[in-house]
Amino acid sequence: MERVKEQVKEIVRPFAGKPTELIQALHRVQSVLGWLPREAQEVVAEVVGVPPAQVRGVVTFYHFFRTRPVGKHTIRVCLGTACHVRGAERVLNALREELGIEPGQTTPDGKFSVEVVRCLGCCGLAPVMMIDEEVYGRLDPRKARQIVREIP
Amino acid sequence: MISLTIDGIRVQAEEGETILEAAKKAGIRIPTLCYLEGLSPRGACRICLVEVRNWGGRLVPSCATPVQEGMEVVANSPRLRELRRTILEMIFVERNHICAFCVSNGHCELQDLAMELGMDHVRFPYRWPLLPLDLSHEKYGIDHNRCVLCGRCVRACAEVEGAMTWGFSGRGIFTLVEADLGDPWGKSKTCTGCGKCVQACPTGALFEKGKATSEQVKKPEIIMEVTERRPRA
Repeated sequence: MERVKEQVKEIVRPFAGKPTELIQALHRVQSVLGWLPREAQEVVAEVVGVPPAQVRGVVTFYHFFRTRPVGKHTIRVCLGTACHVRGAERVLNALREELGIEPGQTTPDGKFSVEVVRCLGCCGLAPVMMIDEEVYGRLDPRKARQIVREIP
Repeated sequence: MISLTIDGIRVQAEEGETILEAAKKAGIRIPTLCYLEGLSPRGACRICLVEVRNWGGRLVPSCATPVQEGMEVVANSPRLRELRRTILEMIFVERNHICAFCVSNGHCELQDLAMELGMDHVRFPYRWPLLPLDLSHEKYGIDHNRCVLCGRCVRACAEVEGAMTWGFSGRGIFTLVEADLGDPWGKSKTCTGCGKCVQACPTGALFEKGKATSEQVKKPEIIMEVTERRPRA
């Protein structure tokens, strides 16, 4: 943890003493660590110069910020209108069962995180999910399970 | 000086004063909840809404709206009474306000408002959220079930005590008043234990330990008294 603290200190150095840059500082930290562990939030508060309660407020207000670690791969399941109509709910339920986690959670082995999104911009392929940068379309529960099993 | 009318009464106010302050000086009652003398206004609860007739009947929070020359304010009307009551009902259904089991029963601003606004029943379904109770502090407790998110504790802590311990976490109906990085109150590194937040709290959400039902009497006026005693620059 000490190493992480040192690392965060380094990342937020350009924002030292600039409370108005709090969001930028948090963005920068998350882009490196993937999430915002408690220790990182503490360091940001101290270096940027805002009360810890304010950091907490910002981190929990914006959905973009994560306070839990993310897995090696992020699965984004689309529940937008087109995907919803074509059975995205069943795809999501298959992944829930396959991975044993709810959206917003990470598997205990740290391999997958599941998120729910609203439209990935390729409704013609509905229902759709993305794993990291790869799009998978025309899914059904069986196909979705198969894809996830084949990811190293 | 600025001239305006409130409920048809001609009122003089200083530039920068709010409608609420002007009304108070003129002896006109406007109900409030998140407003507390001595703290910055927040306009969060909307109980103090008034209508500005010559702004096309626009509704504004009187605690946070500065007076303007020639303003015609309606502070009390059947429409406002109904709006305030509706807002109050929504505050009630959001959490678990059960007076009979509350330390503040009989000394509660929320309860007083319900009586003042004639809220004899609630027309929305109660949400009954299951919220935690934090009793980790040596002297005080916080029961989120009774919190109305007025932010008086947050402002008292930041603006008067200067500790900045309290903050809001989450958003919407999931908002909670929490200490520091969401720590148990008793573990807070910034809390001085001064108790101003408890005195500023309008309900039984923040309370002194050892108080039983109806025993918690608050002194929100100490916030004003403390700030008045301070030397000014």
